[in-house]
Amino acid sequence: MSCKKLLKASVLLTFLLLSLLSYSQDKVITGKVTDSKDGSGIAGVTVTPKGGTGGAQTGSDGSYRISVGPSVTILVFSSVGFVSQEINIDGKSSIDVSLAVNNTSLGEVVVIGYGTTRKKDLTGAIATVTSKDFQKGSITTPEQLIAGKVAGVSIISNGGQPGSGSTIRIRGGSSLNASNDPLIVIDGVPLDNGGISGGNNPLSFINPNDIESFTILKDASAAAIYGTRASNGVIIITTKKGKSDKLRVNFSSVNSVASVTNTVDVLNGDQVRSIVNSLGTSAQKAQLGTENTDWQDQIYQTALASDNNISLTGGIKGLPYRVSIGYLNQEGVLKTDHLEKVSLALVINKIFLDNHLKVDLNLKGAQQKYRFANQGAIGSAVNFDPTKPVYSGKARYGGYFEWLDPNPGNTFGHPWNRAGRNPVAMLEERHDNSDAQRSIGNLQLDYKLHFFPDLRANLNLGYDVSKGTGTIFISDSASLAYADSGVNDHYKQTKSNTILEFYLNYTKDIKSINSRLDVVAGYSYNNYLTTNYNYPSYNARGGKKPNTDPDFPYNKPENTLISYFGRLNYTYNDKYMLTATVRRDGSSRFAPQNRWGTFPSVALAWKINDEDFLKNSRTVSSLKLRLGYGVTGQQDGIGNYDYLSYYALSNASASYTFGNVYYQMFRPGGFYADRKWEETATTNIALDYGFLDNRITGSIDFYLKKTTDLLNSIPQPAGTNFAAYVLANVGSMENKGVEFSINTQPVRNKEVTWDVAFNATYNKNTITQLTIVPDDPNYIGFPSTNISGSQGFAFINAVGGSKNTFYLYHQIYDKNGKPIEGLFEDVNRDGIINENDKYKGKRANPNMFYGFSTSINYKKWSAGLVMRASFNNYIYNNIYSNNGRLNQVLNAYVLGNASVNYLETEFKGNTEQQLLSDYYLQNASFLKMDNLNVGYDFGQVFKNKASLRVNLSVQNVFVITEYTGLDPEISNGVDNNFYPRPRIIALGLNLDF
Amino acid sequence: MKQNHFKLLIAAFVASTVMVGCTKDLDLTPTNDITADQVYSTSAGYKQSLAKIYGAMALTGNAGGAGSPDIPPQIISDEGNSDFLRMWWYLQCLSTDEAGWTYHNNTDPIGIHQMTWSSINQTVAGLYYRCFFQITLANDFIRQASDENLARRGISGASADSIRMYKAEARFLRAFQYANLMDLFANPPFVTEADAIGVGLPQQIKRADLFTYIENELKALETELMAPRTNEYGRADRAAAWALLARIYLNAQVYTGTAKFTEAITYCNKVITAGYTLHPNYRELMLADNHLNTDEFIFTIRYDGTRTQNWGGTTTLTHGPAGVPGSVSGTNGHWGCIRVTEHFVYLFDPSDIRGQFWTTGQNLIMTQLLDVQTDGYSSTKFRNLTRTGGQAPNRDPAGNWVDIDFPLFRLAEIYLIYAESVLRGGTGGSNATALSYLDQLSARGRTPAGSNAQLTLPYIISERGRELFWECFRRTDLVRFGQFTTSAYLWAWKGGIQGGTAVDSKYNIFPIPSTDLSANPNLRQNPGY
Repeated sequence: MSCKKLLKASVLLTFLLLSLLSYSQDKVITGKVTDSKDGSGIAGVTVTPKGGTGGAQTGSDGSYRISVGPSVTILVFSSVGFVSQEINIDGKSSIDVSLAVNNTSLGEVVVIGYGTTRKKDLTGAIATVTSKDFQKGSITTPEQLIAGKVAGVSIISNGGQPGSGSTIRIRGGSSLNASNDPLIVIDGVPLDNGGISGGNNPLSFINPNDIESFTILKDASAAAIYGTRASNGVIIITTKKGKSDKLRVNFSSVNSVASVTNTVDVLNGDQVRSIVNSLGTSAQKAQLGTENTDWQDQIYQTALASDNNISLTGGIKGLPYRVSIGYLNQEGVLKTDHLEKVSLALVINKIFLDNHLKVDLNLKGAQQKYRFANQGAIGSAVNFDPTKPVYSGKARYGGYFEWLDPNPGNTFGHPWNRAGRNPVAMLEERHDNSDAQRSIGNLQLDYKLHFFPDLRANLNLGYDVSKGTGTIFISDSASLAYADSGVNDHYKQTKSNTILEFYLNYTKDIKSINSRLDVVAGYSYNNYLTTNYNYPSYNARGGKKPNTDPDFPYNKPENTLISYFGRLNYTYNDKYMLTATVRRDGSSRFAPQNRWGTFPSVALAWKINDEDFLKNSRTVSSLKLRLGYGVTGQQDGIGNYDYLSYYALSNASASYTFGNVYYQMFRPGGFYADRKWEETATTNIALDYGFLDNRITGSIDFYLKKTTDLLNSIPQPAGTNFAAYVLANVGSMENKGVEFSINTQPVRNKEVTWDVAFNATYNKNTITQLTIVPDDPNYIGFPSTNISGSQGFAFINAVGGSKNTFYLYHQIYDKNGKPIEGLFEDVNRDGIINENDKYKGKRANPNMFYGFSTSINYKKWSAGLVMRASFNNYIYNNIYSNNGRLNQVLNAYVLGNASVNYLETEFKGNTEQQLLSDYYLQNASFLKMDNLNVGYDFGQVFKNKASLRVNLSVQNVFVITEYTGLDPEISNGVDNNFYPRPRIIALGLNLDF
Repeated sequence: MKQNHFKLLIAAFVASTVMVGCTKDLDLTPTNDITADQVYSTSAGYKQSLAKIYGAMALTGNAGGAGSPDIPPQIISDEGNSDFLRMWWYLQCLSTDEAGWTYHNNTDPIGIHQMTWSSINQTVAGLYYRCFFQITLANDFIRQASDENLARRGISGASADSIRMYKAEARFLRAFQYANLMDLFANPPFVTEADAIGVGLPQQIKRADLFTYIENELKALETELMAPRTNEYGRADRAAAWALLARIYLNAQVYTGTAKFTEAITYCNKVITAGYTLHPNYRELMLADNHLNTDEFIFTIRYDGTRTQNWGGTTTLTHGPAGVPGSVSGTNGHWGCIRVTEHFVYLFDPSDIRGQFWTTGQNLIMTQLLDVQTDGYSSTKFRNLTRTGGQAPNRDPAGNWVDIDFPLFRLAEIYLIYAESVLRGGTGGSNATALSYLDQLSARGRTPAGSNAQLTLPYIISERGRELFWECFRRTDLVRFGQFTTSAYLWAWKGGIQGGTAVDSKYNIFPIPSTDLSANPNLRQNPGY
């Protein structure tokens, strides 16, 4: 830690010294850059002399001052989100410029890792989505803003819980057993992917209203600058900045109503009564009730949410700032689910020393208070006996109906441990409350050397701290933990991540050889420290449960990453571009001999449209060929200390006795000292195009990603290791694919603009090796993803196939097409149905997915929609398999309920093997309309003091699919008690004054 | 200007020096887990590591109940099935007339009773890896307890002496598990403390060579272990090594082709003269307070309802038997898993109190093997109650985990080895003594009817069944008597049919798990698999 402090001090000292420096220049031009829309000044516009050296940026009010050499004749004004302009100096000493907002989705200046670049200079596969193209409506977690908007990026929400996260996959993900999550960088602070206890989705701490843009680095040539964390792509989030010295206030409020669109089809009380009366024993008939309770109706509710945000932008004494406050109060569609979130953001960006020192301060903080609903109620509501009432009419157990133990003994008349609990009681009687806070911030100093203005020094000091606490309380009178006298458990976790980065950037236009040079060299230090606190368990009466005292009060897992990086951008003749990057990463997660890795990349681009043969084309307005190759790494999902062989102490309840003394045991951990990161080599070939004055733009990318040193858990020769399986770098896998995107503006006139955007992705994943000995016939692959109701698995991950390939038995059907219970094809004809008769079938992941967005503006009206489609993704319907059988109704101890699939199959359910049948595998290709919205711009209201926009949106509008379950979009391919994604109708209003 | 340049250069230099120095930050260590040198810095640390070697026989992992398994789910999917005794019992008892298993989920011991196991059977693989887990721990401990390591860590005097004793016990436990591997898998891979962790591919050892290794180890340990009955209860002593020698000598003809009955008698005599006596009441052998049975018990696996919790071991043997009410077994109820074939019941005459069968609601005949709990008698041999019928001393309030210790060696077995060895021609004993030992066992078992012992082989195989019911001997005994795979003795559902049928003789030993064949190219599969 002291090392880190020294570092900070020394770099600050550098800046102090630099600030003492003085300088002189020869020719000065001043002026102001304004927004063409409203005439307000734009801060942070880059002003560069074309063909000359140096440059300046506009201050908070949009004014700038630049010194240029006598040879310079043109000034270039550029800024993210605006169309760049080139202005002839013509001897003037004052030039005012008005910039128009860029109407294509990709701004001219793009944020990349460690700096920005001009869009036209891009060589890698980079996509940018800015706020105007975000999904609209009640969106409470950032990544949902860009769902369906970018080719090659799949964003699937994890369910309908308030604040729940999403599974984000860029180009299919490059790992099997480790992480497939991309690296996320917010305003220069790389986040660790883990959440915080009690906080659900870590990204939900960022207020979507504060976000200006997303940049997605998809290929290695773009992402390799992030080294060992880049294999799954990088998402750079940039938040909104201070803009001018005129105070502007934005108030937005989105109020929404959410409801489930569908529930699992189960039998009703009458159907259960008829089944029990015809097939049940007399004891079971005696258990029948008289109700027709729809338990799913009982656990879901119409949920209200209100999301209110206010932001102030302006400048105090020339200090531009943006402050925003958000307050979200959201109910879940599952009763008792509730989230209350307060978020705050402060941004200050100041330019000092005549545009030489740029200071950016970003502070973001949020507090989330959750009551987590007991999601076990979702499955319980499907399975609970519908002939029973919700309430017993008696006071005990909270008044809820429960199955009581009928057997004589000490637990007679208590909630029966052989029966499930009342789903409503599961929700109402469990109080799982958390309070989680997170703050992310950084101070970025960007200094352009006075005596050498081509050189820029950038220091970034950042932090990401969070704290989560919570309690789980169940009263001693509740049925849920009656035998334990209730529950009163406490948990706490803190995280403290720090980052220091320093880089130098040298930019030079060398006119004599028609070249432009942009070089970055830097250093980065990241430290991730978590503290997990351990507590004993208590019952609701305050009594400590025996043997629950933790051995250690806390555990502090930590890892550090130290990196050196460099990038060279070379442009020749404004037509040919070369980008080369290198990063050298050292990670504390690996043994000293494997600690350091080097990740290079190179990319070339050719602006074909600037060649003579296309220069004057009216059809082709831009055409760029890009070629890139690079190597990235992946170290998430690898334990912090796995390379050490260490000894873990057993729990008190796992002691061994010698004589009369209990000894807690020391167990050595598995040993694999040579473990290293996974490495992915990506080749990317792409064409960016623009036709008809760029009214049609887009790109097509072909990529091939080869991951080697894939971490696979492989068996150790017996007797050679403390663990029978260890995670070793043995496998390889490839993803190849095509991404296509097109953005058009079919109509563009004074009254109407119509934008259409479409993207398509094809990805094929193939596992190419998994064992030390290639193609080992003894190794069939490893299974994954448990099927509920059995001990079996849904998938096999095997060489030659793709990850998450279903591995099930061939169901045999009778002549009427009805599946025969327990009868499967004996694939190897050995007379027995066992593991060897499963076959490798369909895949859970789609090989093609599409996104479609369109918006139309007519006068003051606007309307838009977002649709997504996915093909060749399959789902195993675990609700059908686990609940579609008679013994779910005629349970051994109490009555239950079954899926309507039982009416089709009439399965008894006595064989667990039946659950591993391909009968339950269904094509889940779908077309979904995510969002449909209509807006009206009232323009100036309140005596021209404010402008008002309102927006009505519907999310989750419709789904077209053959899949019979609740939702065809299940990221892990096994549909089992999924928290339904609600349909949300939201009314938003936006007031600027 | 020049001066400013200079300042800048200094600052840059300072900054870059600090950055390079910071690479030391990459050396991080865990907060609570510790390294070998920390564990083995004190004799207390050695004892806690020794506890793991012993505890690896009792527990499934480092967390009470389940949650931190020793054997990963890729080998055996349900941690509750992954302890030594449960899996050993499956292979030794469930494979015979002693028991059938109701369920056939992937977590259950599939095909063991029907003798249809293959090299991918979870239970077979589970026990193999469990034995090797304990061997690997023992090898590491033996290395850590070397004289060089003790000297390097500054441990001397009485501390060093007790660590040397622990080392001898680690060697005994290793020999015990090699003896089990020799019995079950015949030709396992072979590793000792000379093989480093994490490198190399072990060679396979021939069954006869492994016999010689175990024999030599145990003979060497005769002088190193504590004298009989002087060690802490729960730790092995010389008598345990003698008893194991007697056991492997009894089966030497199966393992090596050469009989060693004389040696078996020699080591039985050593145990017997060490002062053990039969515990007077047979029905007190498998109770919650059976740690008091030090008169007869030579070496046990220890269990404790609150401090040594897991779902296998004697917890399985107490809950498992179908139909036994919780009030009888001293638990929160039965699991409906285990029933006994009628052929095993026929070994007992009604006066034999060792036939602790639960018959209420159970049918004698095992008409159906799977999916029914009522076909076949059940058993109440293991009960989590004290001798006086009271609650277990370290009772688990939820009624799951039991206190019953499991004797790996007890005097009754030694008497039976003595008698059989004499009968099969071993020297150094006498027929009269042999018959007197059988009489003592029979008289205790047939209280108050009295002994009906005979010194014949058919009597001995049946008597071993009665006396050592569910104590993990039956398969080895039937193999030695040529009855395990042949039609010489059939029981319900042997070979997968109700009347029983002979099976391929390959089933006399188990296959090497395919997982290890995949990991270690030096291994050859056992014949027939």
